[in-house]
Amino acid sequence: MAPLTRTETSQPGIERRAFSWTWLGVAPFFLFVAAFLIWPTLSIIGQSFLDQERRLTLRNILELGRPFIVSSYVYSLQLSAVTAIGGGILGGLLAYAITIGGLPRPLRDAVLSFSGVASNFAGVPLAFAFIATLGQLGVVTQWLRAVGISLYPAFSLYSFWGLSIVYIYFQIPLMVLIMAPAFEGMRREWREAAESLGATSWHYWRYVGLPILLPSILGTMVLLFGNAFGAHATAFQLTGGGSQGNVVTILIGAQISSDALANPGLGNALALGMIVIMGVCIGLYTWLQRLSARWLRS
Amino acid sequence: MAFLELINIHKSFGASVAVENFNLAVERGEFVSFLGPSGCGKTTTLRMIAGFEKPTAGRIIIDGVDVTDTPPNRRNIGMVFQSYALFPNMTVADNIGFGLKIARRPASEIRARVEELLRIIHMSEFGRRYPYQLSGGQQQRVALARALAIQPKLLLLDEPLSALDAKIRASLRQEIREIQRQLGITTIYVTHDQEEAMALSDRIVVMSRGRIEQIGTPFEVYNFPATRFVASFVGTLNLIQATVVDAAIGLVTVEGQLVRVARPLTQHRSGDAISLAIRPELIALNGQVNGEVNRLSGTVEDVTFLGSIVRVRLGLASNKLHFDLFNNPQLRPPQPGSSITVQFAPEACLVLGEEAASAHPISASAAQAA
Amino acid sequence: MLKRFWSWFWFIVGATYFLVPLYATFDFSLRARRGELSFAAYANVLNDIKFVESFWFSFQTALATIVISALVIVPTAYWVQLRLPRLRPVIEFFTLLPFVVPAVVLVFSLARTYSRTPLTDSREGLWVLLVGSYVILSFPYMYRAVDTGLRAINIHDLTEAAQSLGAGWFTILAQVIFPNVYTALLSGAFITFAIVMGEFTIAALLAQPAFGPYMNRLASSRVYEPSALAIISFALTWAAIAAIQRIGQGAQARVAGPR
Repeated sequence: MAPLTRTETSQPGIERRAFSWTWLGVAPFFLFVAAFLIWPTLSIIGQSFLDQERRLTLRNILELGRPFIVSSYVYSLQLSAVTAIGGGILGGLLAYAITIGGLPRPLRDAVLSFSGVASNFAGVPLAFAFIATLGQLGVVTQWLRAVGISLYPAFSLYSFWGLSIVYIYFQIPLMVLIMAPAFEGMRREWREAAESLGATSWHYWRYVGLPILLPSILGTMVLLFGNAFGAHATAFQLTGGGSQGNVVTILIGAQISSDALANPGLGNALALGMIVIMGVCIGLYTWLQRLSARWLRS
Repeated sequence: MAFLELINIHKSFGASVAVENFNLAVERGEFVSFLGPSGCGKTTTLRMIAGFEKPTAGRIIIDGVDVTDTPPNRRNIGMVFQSYALFPNMTVADNIGFGLKIARRPASEIRARVEELLRIIHMSEFGRRYPYQLSGGQQQRVALARALAIQPKLLLLDEPLSALDAKIRASLRQEIREIQRQLGITTIYVTHDQEEAMALSDRIVVMSRGRIEQIGTPFEVYNFPATRFVASFVGTLNLIQATVVDAAIGLVTVEGQLVRVARPLTQHRSGDAISLAIRPELIALNGQVNGEVNRLSGTVEDVTFLGSIVRVRLGLASNKLHFDLFNNPQLRPPQPGSSITVQFAPEACLVLGEEAASAHPISASAAQAA
Repeated sequence: MLKRFWSWFWFIVGATYFLVPLYATFDFSLRARRGELSFAAYANVLNDIKFVESFWFSFQTALATIVISALVIVPTAYWVQLRLPRLRPVIEFFTLLPFVVPAVVLVFSLARTYSRTPLTDSREGLWVLLVGSYVILSFPYMYRAVDTGLRAINIHDLTEAAQSLGAGWFTILAQVIFPNVYTALLSGAFITFAIVMGEFTIAALLAQPAFGPYMNRLASSRVYEPSALAIISFALTWAAIAAIQRIGQGAQARVAGPR
């Protein structure tokens, strides 16, 4: 009887409060997000459809077709794709090795700890580290010179492949951190069930293991793609921040200090393009994650 | 020659021994259960038959072929796991057809076989569903069909019903038994549930601490437990402290009341303390059985209504005795506090060895009986 | 066994990729004096007044970020779990947004939107923008850490127990909820700390005298000192992550770090 009485007397009180006060509890969060994220972003998106006299126009969007902007986007997309695939494969294999690959347990813990650090060790110091490694005076460059291989002038850390090598340094650990739990979620019984039905190791991976992991692998690679696409500091440090022939983020950054394009609307459109690509990434990622979560629910 | 033979199987993981001295011969078409508490080695033994574990010593022979060193994927054994282990990325039909697809059977044959199996498990409508869309009981039926699809020589089930709730457990148990009879497939069934083992099996292998305690039909294991462990693990049991009066004619005393045992106590001498084991259902209220009987008097301490039966706890001076009455609305069950006398046949008394007199397991099984 | 071999192979490849640059950087940082190994580069860095100033500036900024983020996130996560569970996906969406809007786009938008307001016309205003952006970047980590922490305790019962003892909302938050999510909060705080200390893009584009831009400028004038700085920075990140793992909440690094 007690619960009934309580429902009758106190429930309406809670509900009345719900209308006026409940939403107030999350107001600080939404105000903060609105002021520092939503409003500025929306206003940039909106302004990219306005000209200098604040009239509606598509000119800014069309102007994204300028050759140097297109080449900048293409450069960024290629860099992101290469490092997402490269980092994804290397990181995936490493995650496999330390989880179900039969390596001693302490190695797994060590790699995961290190990955936690390395995935956050990026930007300016990472660029320094690679200059000290593969720069003109870098330690590895010297080693190679000592055995008769000269990297320079054919190679440059500031080139596409140089940048890729540096980016992969923070891509691998991110892949490891996300994929290690996925590998550990592979149930031993799946493998045993497959084996008892006559499957070889190859059959198991071809029909069971890889298909189960595929959404996670692809999803994480999409995440890596976005991770590289949005990166700014590492590229800035390595390339010096010139606005020609460079990644999109640097092109956008250059718009803040000076309007290098002499057209504020175009700067906004540049940012819009970036948001759209990142939005597609996160959408794809979320979809792939749901797919695998649904399978693994039961 | 038996269809499946396990000869002198030993298995140890590092220093700890999981299974030792395991010998078993299973006939074609037989349904054998491995019964025991967790950690008794039953699952390890099953996994050795499947090939997932390699025996430290001993041979495994299936249908005359020594498979001890054969990898699991060449043994042609169907396995059903406690956690279903359906492939989450495949439909029900693809799961069932997986083994045939690996064996490169023609698509039409696979389709026909899958449909046949779906019919057998009463799930013809579910071929296109994914595992996550099924209930636990449905998933386990699909897992069973998947194991049967390859027409295995042996079907191994590792606690297949443990993850399901009670009602589905009972109905699926029945279904498993019917399918097994229908197909005549040799089956090994691992369980810790004695009721399940008795309902399903042709024979039960009771295990404890890596060793076989007894092999026998459910009837034998229940009525004639070979060891103290079997007696206490299978079914509920009264354990009574008694003192031998005359070993030659099987006469003992329980707190001053004389009790006759059906056999001479060859291993005991007068004055020895022994444990008598009596099943609760073999004890009746005084006056209901004719012929030579034992009688014990005591005070009713507790009456528990269990539906079809009523379980009564009778207190003697220091022993407790549980016995069962069939429910009968016309009869008033004994009332707590009243003094009554119960009777049981000399044949109902099992005499357990002297090591049985240790206090701990008695209280454990008394608790189980309660 | 073949499987074991390949596992070792890929482990060694990964370890080489990870460790060689670190070793090289360390090696490089010791060569400031010709012909000998010394910590001279470290001494130079640590004695540089600009290093101390910028480090102190970023340290304060990080603390401000953590305090504000905690003050916003804890009541929000608490309230969402207690009264507005429907709102959880919405909050999670907003905490994913810093990934969709990368730091450079965020700072670009802020600078454009608030141009010719006190926020961009004064040093203090720019600092507000800086801290505001960092708080946004910290939300994903902080929210996830606190949300997990709250799930681990029964906040409904705790709240009702406190209410029945006569506590008001402020008391409940300050004396019941905060102390109970303290460790979760700490793990979110350390990762935020690591991110803010190394952040370059936002600080540089808002022209703030932070540690990241200082490191960047140093590269144009010095050769060996940047390596020493990289090692110091790596050690700092390591310390922050080690602190998180010591706390045991296991908050993992996710997207939106200082790339």
